[in-house]
Amino acid sequence: MNKYLFMRLVNIVITLFIIATATFFLMKQMPGSPFDEEKLSTLSDEQRLEFYARYGLDKPVSQQYFLYMKTLFQGDLGESYYFKGQDVSSLIIGRIGPSALLGVQAVILGFTIGIILGIIAAFRHNTMWDFSTMLVAVLGVSIPNFVFAALLQYYVGLKLGLLPVAFWESYSSSIMPTITLSLMVIALIARFTRNEMLEVLQQDYMLTAKAKGVSQFKVIYKHGIRNVLIPLVTILGPIVVSLLTGSLVIENIFSVPGIGSLFVDSIKVNDYTTIMGLTLFYSAFFVLTMLIIDLLYGIIDPRIRISGQRSE
Amino acid sequence: MKNTEPVLEELTDDLFEIAGRKVEQSEKIQRPPMSALRDSWNRLKKNKGALCSLIVLLLILLLAIFGPVMNEYKYYETDYGAAYQPPSGEHWLGTDKFGRDQWTRIWEGTRISLYIAVLAAFLDLLIGVTIGAISALKGGKVDNILQRFIEILVGIPNLIIVILLIMLMKPGILTITLAMVITGWVNMARLVRAQIFKLKNQEFVLASKSLGSSNRRLILHHLIPNTMGLIVINMMFTIPSAIFMEAFLSFIGLGLQEPLASLGVLINDGFQGMRNHFYLMLYPAIVIVAIMVAFNILADGLRDALDPKMRK
Repeated sequence: MNKYLFMRLVNIVITLFIIATATFFLMKQMPGSPFDEEKLSTLSDEQRLEFYARYGLDKPVSQQYFLYMKTLFQGDLGESYYFKGQDVSSLIIGRIGPSALLGVQAVILGFTIGIILGIIAAFRHNTMWDFSTMLVAVLGVSIPNFVFAALLQYYVGLKLGLLPVAFWESYSSSIMPTITLSLMVIALIARFTRNEMLEVLQQDYMLTAKAKGVSQFKVIYKHGIRNVLIPLVTILGPIVVSLLTGSLVIENIFSVPGIGSLFVDSIKVNDYTTIMGLTLFYSAFFVLTMLIIDLLYGIIDPRIRISGQRSE
Repeated sequence: MKNTEPVLEELTDDLFEIAGRKVEQSEKIQRPPMSALRDSWNRLKKNKGALCSLIVLLLILLLAIFGPVMNEYKYYETDYGAAYQPPSGEHWLGTDKFGRDQWTRIWEGTRISLYIAVLAAFLDLLIGVTIGAISALKGGKVDNILQRFIEILVGIPNLIIVILLIMLMKPGILTITLAMVITGWVNMARLVRAQIFKLKNQEFVLASKSLGSSNRRLILHHLIPNTMGLIVINMMFTIPSAIFMEAFLSFIGLGLQEPLASLGVLINDGFQGMRNHFYLMLYPAIVIVAIMVAFNILADGLRDALDPKMRK
């Protein structure tokens, strides 16, 4: 186990190193500059050099690279080109709150509704309940999240006026983005739970439990749901991806001051240091989540053990 | 006592009649001979949802081909005198802020989505299957190098690669195509590799080998046909996610640019003016949801149809 974990961590560091290097050199190739070119040309040569020196742009690219890597290892992502005088790290930390709130709420909502729908569909197999759950599952996967967000904003926000249309003012501002984000989660989980449950229902141990007189509720809860929840870990990967992708566009639509909207905004204004910082942040988050998911497999399901564990 | 009944002196063959068994029928093939493909098609035909999806997709394909030429407007043709016209006999789905005909623009945008769909499928086949197959068949060093490479690609969120690439080059159809070349095939390569690895050590391959089949015959007649189902199913799930990716990028302004029309561009345009001109967002949204739902249901249907376990 330790050996496996070590290998994975080494792999993660290499991956992140490659991403950091690739983004750095990509950024150097990018057309357009985050600075106002017209104003820059009015400066004297001396002033301009001083300006570049402030951002470390006066040195050759190779030196800039080593400098960037050095500060990166110290956890410093550099200064934002656009938000003058602000550290990218503190910029990201300041924006994490809303994104984390939306993500956590979407996961809780998505898992709760998804599991309930999936169980109902399995127990009422081939009834209207089942069909409507499957319809929700197909629609949830198919409707692009920005379309759903826009429709929700139009009907619930504008037409009915039930919830604030956009902006991050009170808790109710987080309701519509959360619902949009959780749509995909609900769809994936409902479908998965239903299929797993149908399989579990045919297992012998369910019959045994029923035969020995365990109540219906206990059969479902103790023997059914528990065995369904184990393989749910396998679809955590796609769920994390959908949340990350979703946050980019949904935070923009609902004007949520989170890291997703920061990313899209910094792309629009060519804020290179922020883009690099966020790319690394997203990648690190993604890779670490995948690692945790892989480790969870082994912990939750004793049938899947990571190879090499016994050899120690 | 006299015996009135005639006594049989001899038992001859002509006294007997064959009751059931007929030689010519016992060797007869009961079911019409059927290739695996035909069998799957028959099963797909029984799936109403999949059949409807197929019809919807064909309809959308026809409209994408003939829609833009059904009226005299071009998708880039502006008419400032006729801006923001609601749907009418003149402009079937209204006009946008520059007076461009929305009907023409929607089907023009559908062409882009369908192009992306074909492209995604093609890349999956060309790069994904080839790399997966080479990796599995060659094994050893080649496999090792390819797998390390794939591992790094998988470690980076797809969206990040795509966004970085789009920032480096000009946003447009070519850039999106290239981004998909880099990211689109990875999943297919992994699946094909795993499947061929499983197949190549099975008895029927060994039998064929010991009967003297060439590598070419092994690949074309044994390995590929047994991987086909997997390839088709995975391709069908790649297509909607590719269509979503393009629309998503266009929506956040990183995809196609005006005056080109893609469904993502149109929805973004409609979203900006949603408050007063909802129809501008509604129709492109309906088209993209229809495409996505149809592809997803069809993919589900194909998965059931191609699964040999479902054969009766």
